[in-house]
Amino acid sequence: MRKKIYQYVQSHSDEILNEWIELMRTEADERAVQAMSDHMFVKTSAEFVDLVVSNFSETEEAFHERAVDFSEKIVRLGWPLTMMTDGLRVFGQIVENGMQKDGTIDHSSYFEFMGEINNWMFPMYKTITQAYTTSWERTVSLQKIALQELSAPLIPVFDKISVMPLVGTIDTERAKQIMENLLEGVVRHRAEVVLIDITGVPVVDTMVAHHIIQAAEAVRLVGAKCTIVGIRPEIAQTIVNLGINLEDVTTTSTMKKGVEQALAMTSRQIVEVQE
Amino acid sequence: MMDSSVKIINEWDIVAARQLGRNVAKELGFGTVDQARITTAISELARNIYLYAGQGEIMIEKVESGTKKGMTIISRDEGPGIPDLRKVMEDGFSTSGGLGAGLPGVKRLMDEFSIESTPGKGTFIQSVKWLR
Repeated sequence: MRKKIYQYVQSHSDEILNEWIELMRTEADERAVQAMSDHMFVKTSAEFVDLVVSNFSETEEAFHERAVDFSEKIVRLGWPLTMMTDGLRVFGQIVENGMQKDGTIDHSSYFEFMGEINNWMFPMYKTITQAYTTSWERTVSLQKIALQELSAPLIPVFDKISVMPLVGTIDTERAKQIMENLLEGVVRHRAEVVLIDITGVPVVDTMVAHHIIQAAEAVRLVGAKCTIVGIRPEIAQTIVNLGINLEDVTTTSTMKKGVEQALAMTSRQIVEVQE
Repeated sequence: MMDSSVKIINEWDIVAARQLGRNVAKELGFGTVDQARITTAISELARNIYLYAGQGEIMIEKVESGTKKGMTIISRDEGPGIPDLRKVMEDGFSTSGGLGAGLPGVKRLMDEFSIESTPGKGTFIQSVKWLR
């Protein structure tokens, strides 16, 4: 029976592919169809059908490798996982309908056929889902690392003055990093004033405020002063609404004012040269 | 009426809830200050769920009453509940070493606020912001 299925699939591969593309276009997730051009869709579909067919002829390891390669590719292209699982189901249906039509299977051999096709499909489901999720997980963990890398740098801008620009959401993990980088950087750069810029922080809730206050306090303990710059008007209002007390921390609206203040604190100023 | 909800299980779900709230607020035509108030309130509520209840749900609904339009934020969990409601609504009260501005802060950020909590059963907080 397995041989019969294989023979059918091989001799009808073009028909199956066309029918598959037709069905997937109407059935599949719109996201998948929109995600790529028509040409790309047809090409990727052909590759998918190829992959499924290759499961007959190749060893398990070779198939696994191909599945992994293909999965990586479609993760990059933005095809959802359902596109692959639905794709397999549709493929099975096409083969079943086709073989019924040309009389390769009938009532008496139907059970045998179903058993065989399930035996063929299930391990493939497993391999493909596994390969897809693995490459997906890898993408996520790489992004996590990338995010961590741009997390909280402390940049010395003048002698004795350093700046820490914060962009994005601050969670517990990041708050910890901010604190560490801040203290370590203050000591290493011999900073006397640190400007923490929160222009790029979308929401300042009590937790974020709490972390900022703690960071400012810790900076004070190592002998430097801390100013929070980049407080947008709407953030100022929510801070007041929340009733957060930022009296012990100096704040300014812009980085420019912050730098001027920091220079004043270290008894310096910027002058225009006249020539 | 369109409504939607976000399950709060880990810290990143707080961001998801916030994002949903911001989108709905924008759609309704809230200004930037009110958008910031709404997202901050959601952030506080979602963080309370994450910190104290372990898991729960933030639901966001558009509401209409007469000519007024606005949005409701509902926070629901089946956590340990709050034994003394009066105390948590006091400024500066915190069991976690935080600022203790969370719930009273949410009350001030929003226009309407109600809280029900049963120790051992969970907490239900409903708050509304009206569009002006």
